[in-house]
Amino acid sequence: MNLLTENSGKTIAEKILSDHSSNKSVSPGEFIEADIDLVMVHEQLGGRIHKEYEKLGLDKVWDTEKIFFILDHWVPAPSIEAAKMHQDCRKFAKKYKFKHDLGMDKGICHQVLTELGFAKPGMLIVGSDSHTTTYGALNCFSTGIGATDVSVVFATGKLWFMIPETQKFFLEGQLREKIMSKDLILQIIGDISTGGAEYKSIEFHGDGAKSLSIDSRMTVSNMVVEAGAKSGIFIPDNNLVEWLKGRSISNYKLTMPDDNAAYTEEFNYNLSKIVPVVAKPSSPDNVVPVSELPEIKIDQAFLGSCTNGRLEDLRQAAQILKNKKIYRDVRLIVIPASKEIYLNAIKEGLIEIFLNSNAIVGNPTCGPCFGGHLGVLGPDEVCISTTNRNFIGRMGDVSSKIYLASPTTTAASALKGKIVDPREV
Amino acid sequence: MKEIKGKVFLFGDDINTDDIVPHQYLNLRDDNEITKHTLENIRPNFAEFVREGDVIVAGKNFGSGSSREEAVNVLKTLGIKAVIAESFARIYFRNLVNLGILAIKLKKAKEQFSEGDNIIITLDNGEIINQTKDIRIPIEKIPDFLLKILESGGILNKIKKSK
Repeated sequence: MNLLTENSGKTIAEKILSDHSSNKSVSPGEFIEADIDLVMVHEQLGGRIHKEYEKLGLDKVWDTEKIFFILDHWVPAPSIEAAKMHQDCRKFAKKYKFKHDLGMDKGICHQVLTELGFAKPGMLIVGSDSHTTTYGALNCFSTGIGATDVSVVFATGKLWFMIPETQKFFLEGQLREKIMSKDLILQIIGDISTGGAEYKSIEFHGDGAKSLSIDSRMTVSNMVVEAGAKSGIFIPDNNLVEWLKGRSISNYKLTMPDDNAAYTEEFNYNLSKIVPVVAKPSSPDNVVPVSELPEIKIDQAFLGSCTNGRLEDLRQAAQILKNKKIYRDVRLIVIPASKEIYLNAIKEGLIEIFLNSNAIVGNPTCGPCFGGHLGVLGPDEVCISTTNRNFIGRMGDVSSKIYLASPTTTAASALKGKIVDPREV
Repeated sequence: MKEIKGKVFLFGDDINTDDIVPHQYLNLRDDNEITKHTLENIRPNFAEFVREGDVIVAGKNFGSGSSREEAVNVLKTLGIKAVIAESFARIYFRNLVNLGILAIKLKKAKEQFSEGDNIIITLDNGEIINQTKDIRIPIEKIPDFLLKILESGGILNKIKKSK
């Protein structure tokens, strides 16, 4: 299907993909082979990747500098099986002389990768994790791939892509107090459904997009995959340039879409109309305003993950929890997404607020989000969570239930023992 | 590709990768052990019923969620040769192709098959024959680019040949 006419301009995804391929006039539906700037791998390296790669019988990888390797899902190892997996990962990284072995003390892959300046505007990045879309907030084309694809990149530095169609999301207005970008992206997923952006790239435009902090944008780009999107890219602006400057990141290429770029669909959102929402079990598109929920009692609240474990998230939650105690029958688990965030949260007194509210603060890890460790749910338990998926059994027992929400809604609900609108506490 | 002949296992919409491989088996490190648990949360004992050549038919958004390739590899290990769905999640689609499993996008797929139907897929003729229902269903041509990967038996075999 070729929806572009010869005169159409290019979207950001089309530009970045064609910049990385020998085919300079790409259009949606075409297959290309593109040069990869960076590949991120985590514990999957010790899962299927190392086994698949060894089948190729190669004694090196294409570029030891373009591989970012970190352990984040099961850290520190909660079981002998996880420890063995970590051993396999380390062995492989040493054997193939990876230059960027980040170890397991730094935090969650997507957060650490962006903090350390590995993602720059205009880059084509892939990773062994579906939430690799996060770097779209930094104007990258980034997307998740499986173990075999990672092996292909290790061997050749190239990967096949089908050029995606692009959806334009025009955002205006500003989010109101205690409403977060999580509410926006959940609302979008609820509106367009889990398949609403299938195989497509999303572009975020407008003053509303500009009004979002980089932390907030990362939450949005992170979760576009829950609508099936291949990437979710923000138009570059001064906020981004300042953020990059603050981290001494240079040598990048800001990529704007052409004025006459062709979009398959356009959606408009006024951020001032967004309200606190949750995604009910067991799909991220099962979205309703908190105000329309019946009384939902909770056993656990989780604040963290690559979706919502950033400093801004911790700050907003701490504001709600300050000088208060969580409800006696609720466990609140707080996990900063990285060591850098953890240290800043200590400096700002946020960790003290969480501990004094009777929350449990864990080390940076993906842990509870995928039912790995540090907060696995038991039979019939209900959890409100700032994470990205509420599939059946995702965080523990198959009968447990997950409501996805923003950090403010999660913190407020932990105080009340039931799901509440953060504006009511 | 030669023809595929097998029995249909029918599933609904939005079957995700946590359904296909529940998280607690992800670090087992042994393909056969992981495979025993395929789809067990939503279809207990599924792995015991599958025979070489069988086919999964599903609704929209098959394979949504995580990039865990185990969720394709368990099907491959069980001998499943094709997945027919109304639509696929992107990463899952890639993983199917890369591991050499035929992914067929078909409108109203769920309505054209029942659990246990005997079917034959022939790419040369571009059709699926549902022997049980005695109907022939035309399918869209698989792009040559993807067909070459499938015919190599997966993308790593294709790379091995070119190295």
